[in-house]
Amino acid sequence: MKLIIAVIKPFKLEEVKEALAAIGVEGMTVTEVKGFGRQKGHTEIYRGSEYTVDFLPKVKIEVVVANEVAGKTVEVIVKAAKTGKIGDGKVFVVPIEEAVRIRTDERGDAAV
Amino acid sequence: MFACLACVCSLTAVAQTPPAAPTTDERLAALEAYINNGDPGKSLTGVAGPGHNAWMMTSTALVLFMTLPGLALFYGGLVRRKNVLSVLAQCLGITGVVAVLWWAFGYSLVFGKSFNSPYFGGSEYFFLKGVTSAPNTDYAYWVSHNVFAMYQMMFAIITPALIVGAIAERMKFTSIIAFVTVWMFVVYFPLAHMVWGSTGLMNGVWNGDAKITAIDFAGGTVVHMSSGWSALILCLILGPRIGFGREKMAPHSMVLCMVGTGMLWVGWYGFNAGSAVGADGIAANAFTTTTLATAVAALTWGAIERIFRGHASILGFCSGAVAGLVVITPACGFVDSTGAVIIGVLAAVVPYLACTKLKAKFGYDDALDTFGVHAVGGTIGALTTGFLATASVNANLTGAPAVKNGLAKLVTSGGLWLAQLKAIAITLVLAIVATVIIAYLVKAVIGLRPTEEVERQGLDINEHGEEGYVT
Repeated sequence: MKLIIAVIKPFKLEEVKEALAAIGVEGMTVTEVKGFGRQKGHTEIYRGSEYTVDFLPKVKIEVVVANEVAGKTVEVIVKAAKTGKIGDGKVFVVPIEEAVRIRTDERGDAAV
Repeated sequence: MFACLACVCSLTAVAQTPPAAPTTDERLAALEAYINNGDPGKSLTGVAGPGHNAWMMTSTALVLFMTLPGLALFYGGLVRRKNVLSVLAQCLGITGVVAVLWWAFGYSLVFGKSFNSPYFGGSEYFFLKGVTSAPNTDYAYWVSHNVFAMYQMMFAIITPALIVGAIAERMKFTSIIAFVTVWMFVVYFPLAHMVWGSTGLMNGVWNGDAKITAIDFAGGTVVHMSSGWSALILCLILGPRIGFGREKMAPHSMVLCMVGTGMLWVGWYGFNAGSAVGADGIAANAFTTTTLATAVAALTWGAIERIFRGHASILGFCSGAVAGLVVITPACGFVDSTGAVIIGVLAAVVPYLACTKLKAKFGYDDALDTFGVHAVGGTIGALTTGFLATASVNANLTGAPAVKNGLAKLVTSGGLWLAQLKAIAITLVLAIVATVIIAYLVKAVIGLRPTEEVERQGLDINEHGEEGYVT
């Protein structure tokens, strides 16, 4: 199993969710987060005061999938979240040792 | 009720001969005087005119609405979320304190005349004694004396509340209340008497013996200059907020700020048009000039930002609107619509430069730009009134007292700006010197600032035991 962590632009969330649903990914965890990469922040001006906002709002998606579909999942996320402009985000893939579905005690691939 | 009145009449009839009943001509003249907002003569003495009184009660409520919640939200939105309640509490606290001071001494010190002094009113109305529903004809022929007193109270309330903007987020609540209490006696009461009192030093329109023949329709000097300059001095003595210039101190809610601005604009009709103390043509003119100057100033400030910075911001529009309202305040009853548009442009350009360039250059922490908008705006308003005032919209500028003290001549042949400059100088010196003394006095007795920990954590939870937004 793999944990796929995608940090994307917030307005791309719907498209990514639909694309994942289309390839059969049945669940995900979504968090509103803040951060920056090469895009850096932006400047806000209030009358005479100028503030640099370093952390921009992003959405973090976490999905755990079976090893066989991990590649396809990443591909789908990248395709759906892409605008081609700076700040599109990143996808990370992490191996997962074990998964348990709490309701049924199912383990491994059956649990995700 | 009628039976009772009849009793009184018959009793007095025994003691003295009844006054002659007014003739039909006198009664007609009194009605005409009501329409013209003039002297009713004998037949309607002591009677409040319903229309004028209705407008003044409405105006009174409108001016209160400027402070609560207009100014409270305008300022409240501009502070960080940990301090939003402190601003609301300061506005509410000041309202209560000033209301009591006004009832006990303030009204009398401003609008009494028993001292026969150009600097202070009198003691005859202490505790609003004798302030009844009958008009006080020193100030208005048709408006109840108590309504006039309440109307003027709202001005006394909003003036110190304006100071809150410069010292926001870093002064103890009790210290603010203590400062304001003393400040009202030393700055506001004497200044308001000088400008609006019937024996006032600078009351050019109504005091035939005024030494300085300046004019100030709704409070450019009394309200905006006094609070604005005091605010600057107090914020300098107080020092900047912890982290000023290094940490982000952006407004926590531009939405609240905009809502407050709209309320200020609406309430300001009571402030400016109400200052005619009657529902007459002068009020109508003030209503018009207030609208124009404000709209033009809001648009101009937004346009300056769009041209020089790329974005027309909400805070820009709001700042422009408030600056427009401030600058037109002393002028609104004395200038025509063209004058108002000129004032609107000036009201955006000059305070814009004060809030951006001047503040950046000197680095003082005027947190919400009370100085940049109210002191600078009030000062240029007082000065431009000297150039743009015209008797064509307000015949009182060439009325009997104005002829006696020389104002009428200044209005028709120029030179009023010099009298305005004198009024500006007096206001400035009084506000600055008094604030230095009062601020150090309060500092010595109870201190001005909360501890660093309290300031870091926020005034709301520490000073008021509440949070603005419970998460």
